Amino acid sequence: MLSFIARRLLIAIPTVLIISFFVFSLQFLLPGDPVLAMAGEERDPETLDRLREQYGFNDPFLVQYFNWLTDALRGDLGQSLRMNQPVTALIVEKLPVTFQLAVMALIFAMAIGIPMGILSAVRKGSWLDYVANFVALSGLSIPNFWLGILLILLVSVNLGWLPASGYRPFSVDPWLSIQTMIMPAFVLGTALAAALMRHTRSAMLQVLRSDYVRTARAKGLREKVVILKHALRNALVPVVTVSALLFGELLAGAVLTEQIFTIPGFGKLVVDAVFSRDYAVVQGIVLVTSVAFILMNLLADTAYMILNPRMRDGA
Amino acid sequence: MKLKQTAALSALLAAMAGAGHAQELRIGLQDDADALDPDQSRTFVGRIVYTALCDKLIDITPDLEFIPQLATDWSWNDDETELTMQLREDVVFHDGTPFDAEAVVYNIDRSLNLPESRRSSEIASVEGAEVVDEHAVVITVSQTDATLLAQLADRAGMMISPAAAEEQGTDFGSNPVCSGPFSFVERVQQDRIELERFDDYWNGDDIHLDTVVFLPIPDTSVRLANLRSGDLDMIERLAATDFQTASNDDALRVEDVVALGYQGITMNVGNGERAEGPFGQETALRQALHLAIDREALNQVAFDGAFAPGNQPFPPDSPFYDDRFPVPERDPERARELLEEAGHGDGVTLEVQMANNPVQTQVMEIIQAMAAEVGIDVSLRATEFATMLDQQAAGNFEGSQVGWSGRVDPDGNIHQFLHCEGGLNDGGWCHERTDELLDGARTTNDVDARKDMYDEAREIFDAEQPIIYLYHPSWIWAMDAAIEGFVPNPDGMIRLEGVRYAAE
Amino acid sequence: MTAAADPQAMPVRQGRVWRKLRARPAALFGTGLVTLFVLMAVLAPVLPIPGPAETSWTAVREPPSAQHWLGTDHNGRDLLSRMIWGAQASLLAGVVSVGIAVCVGVPLGVLAGWRGGWTDAAISRLTEALLAVPFLILAIAFAAFLGPSLTNAMIAIGIAATPIFIRLARGQTLAVRTEDYVESARACGVREGAILRRYILPNIAPPIIVQATLTIAMAIIAEASLSFLGLGQQPPDPSWGGMLDSARGYMEQAPWMAVWPGAGIFLVVLGFNLMGDGLRDALDPRET
Repeated sequence: MLSFIARRLLIAIPTVLIISFFVFSLQFLLPGDPVLAMAGEERDPETLDRLREQYGFNDPFLVQYFNWLTDALRGDLGQSLRMNQPVTALIVEKLPVTFQLAVMALIFAMAIGIPMGILSAVRKGSWLDYVANFVALSGLSIPNFWLGILLILLVSVNLGWLPASGYRPFSVDPWLSIQTMIMPAFVLGTALAAALMRHTRSAMLQVLRSDYVRTARAKGLREKVVILKHALRNALVPVVTVSALLFGELLAGAVLTEQIFTIPGFGKLVVDAVFSRDYAVVQGIVLVTSVAFILMNLLADTAYMILNPRMRDGA
Repeated sequence: MKLKQTAALSALLAAMAGAGHAQELRIGLQDDADALDPDQSRTFVGRIVYTALCDKLIDITPDLEFIPQLATDWSWNDDETELTMQLREDVVFHDGTPFDAEAVVYNIDRSLNLPESRRSSEIASVEGAEVVDEHAVVITVSQTDATLLAQLADRAGMMISPAAAEEQGTDFGSNPVCSGPFSFVERVQQDRIELERFDDYWNGDDIHLDTVVFLPIPDTSVRLANLRSGDLDMIERLAATDFQTASNDDALRVEDVVALGYQGITMNVGNGERAEGPFGQETALRQALHLAIDREALNQVAFDGAFAPGNQPFPPDSPFYDDRFPVPERDPERARELLEEAGHGDGVTLEVQMANNPVQTQVMEIIQAMAAEVGIDVSLRATEFATMLDQQAAGNFEGSQVGWSGRVDPDGNIHQFLHCEGGLNDGGWCHERTDELLDGARTTNDVDARKDMYDEAREIFDAEQPIIYLYHPSWIWAMDAAIEGFVPNPDGMIRLEGVRYAAE
Repeated sequence: MTAAADPQAMPVRQGRVWRKLRARPAALFGTGLVTLFVLMAVLAPVLPIPGPAETSWTAVREPPSAQHWLGTDHNGRDLLSRMIWGAQASLLAGVVSVGIAVCVGVPLGVLAGWRGGWTDAAISRLTEALLAVPFLILAIAFAAFLGPSLTNAMIAIGIAATPIFIRLARGQTLAVRTEDYVESARACGVREGAILRRYILPNIAPPIIVQATLTIAMAIIAEASLSFLGLGQQPPDPSWGGMLDSARGYMEQAPWMAVWPGAGIFLVVLGFNLMGDGLRDALDPRET
């Protein structure tokens, strides 16, 4: 077990290095001078030169990369050109926002996806199964930025029930914070709910076919008990690990959702940064999300191994 | 019934607010401000925040006349090299430091010499400032500079506390100390900037608000939605297309004024290889494009008529606007003739780049359609703003649809774009006579003489069309109908003197 | 020909696939949706509709009517026409970007799986690195790097989707490599190229076809997202994502502008997803 984790961590090192190199070279590939973008309307040559010098843009590529990497290892991801703030501080500041959104989306997704998956597995082949499947597939197919627009149109513009946006930090006003996050979290959660529904359904189907469920049934246990106590517990193992994996995708999905609802989180930060050529921010965010994603993967795999003895023997 | 109750309740609340309860004004801005240091800052929204936070030596009326703020009076010596300013005597900074001639000298020096200063180029003509007595200074310039007063009426003229500046250095922006009507409380990046009433403000009688909160909300429709829901009290830059609906809403008050800036197509006539194309070389083609555009229709379709069609760097109501060249009617026949005469009767192509936001895209789509009708095939290249500036400076464009936020002094709208040595002359326009005229207008304080020089330059520019001006945006503010006393100003700032909630 | 004669190398037969597909109404519905949009896209030039860039200043933001079935947009352009021409952009983007991903990803994956060792390690690390960066962020970064255009958006999405196919092809190749018939072919001295062509490719093709269908759905959404952010199709050419972006400015004044393009994306993506699901079941030899 430990050797498995150690091996995975070792393999992750070159992966992270590749990502870091790739992410850093973006700055040299992207057209557009960050200093010009930063100077805006007031771009006299002296200011530009001073800024270039200040941010080390005049050093050779590898020197810049090395400096950036060693700083990053110490937790310093550089300085945002646009906001004049350390990137690490920005990320620490935005992380809770996107985290709240992602957690609320995950709650939505689990609350909708898992029961739907169970029902459709138990009633396999029924009209309910068909409807649930179709709804799930629709959830996967609907572009979430459109769903966001439609919801704003309906709920905010026509009905006036929920604010169209206006993020409030949870720490300042928890209730309002949750209120303003309901729509974005729902939008972000739909695709995930659909994925979870499908995973739950297939996991349930597999478990329902297994010997111990048959044994339980043969013992004359009531169907409800069989499903909830025996089948579900086992079926949830892969579902939970999948949720951990999908959490990474939530971060990517948050990009557009945050754009639509103007939530000042991670996703919005990265899009704005790409457009204003705020490289340090793009680099920092991609690096952090990628590392988080790799760790999530590792966590999911490890959890899966612990929870599933058969896998353990195989490894 | 329910509605009535709500109305009664809000009336009651408004009455309570008017009756001396804490008055808070929450203003939605289009962007987040950058560092709140007048010498380092570069954003437009930053200037809006300063209007509440930092007083300037001089202020500007909506008619663009200079009026006293921290300076009570000023005058030039005979050869226009020394500007003597008398200062207000009852002013203290937010940290209690008294405002005096020493402070002004310190501030001018900081604007000129702080390595991070963005103001040094704006007041490059200034050689130095000296104390005359406790409440008078003299500012020396190397040669007559017609733009200096306008600069002192903006960020270069904002006075910050020397004590605080010394203590904080370049970090001043995270805890600014000025002498304006409101003092800094706290800031959360991308979220809020909070100010509170400064009790020792020299003009405190005109200040009726207790706190002001600036909230950056980039999405225009979201800003409006927040205003409607009551989460904001006032927003700047309402979308032109929301102007009508907001005006019809009884709960809102909408104010607008034509801004100082312009939007136009900068033609590459002399910046690198891309200037070699037909539109860079042939005046007649630029003239044809100019005549192909129906500026009124453009304004109606893209902005519901809320902006002002334009054909010069100054808006039509500016005193420097040349009435001999009014905004032209669309003349497709003449445009087609010009193309024929130039030997492009069977069509000609032009590539124009613009920022990839929906509004600028729509503007160019409209122009594209209008140009197509006279035989000009305009292809569009939507580019992110950052790349666009880069391409523009590098000369990698034929036409570039770009705007300028505008300056109080006319020089700021024309010199740097159309002077051979202009810092923003990306189109590469270079003409001996227009250089003389633009330099001349910069180095005299005689308004009539300046106007004559700009007029003569206009004759050349109108024939040559190095920049095809399209329209002048309007500043549109929307606010809670209970707010009164707001006066729109073409500089787009929000002045809070006299602003209050109506007491019902 | 020889491959078809070899029963092991051809685990699925076309006839059976079609029969199974036909038996699933959902998959048929999906195929129908996709066919409908493909027809629309292909027939766009001959349909009796105004040009997608034809403006009318007197008919700006008009609601749906007999003259303009879906209404007009902020430049007075017919939305039906823009929807139909937009279908072209979306489908093209989906197919081309996935084509790129398949053409680059499958050979790399097969190579990694077949060769093993250092080749595998290098390709796998690269794949993991790309997979670790969220798909859309990767596509945005590439698109910003390449500059905004439909072609570049397709390339960006193609690159971002490539690791999916590398991983899949590698896994499938690994699985097939140890099969008896491959081992024996190797032992008989059949050339590497011939083995790959005759045994490996036909065996890994079904899951790749399924994955490709599902990835087209993903790519269409990605293209719409990029166009929505201004990084895809350039004006005045229509794309559904771009149309949604413009529509955002007129949510109150012209809500129909936001409804149609989103519905278009939704339906065509749903179509591909249904089709992919159906194909998966039909091509799965285990399930009867």
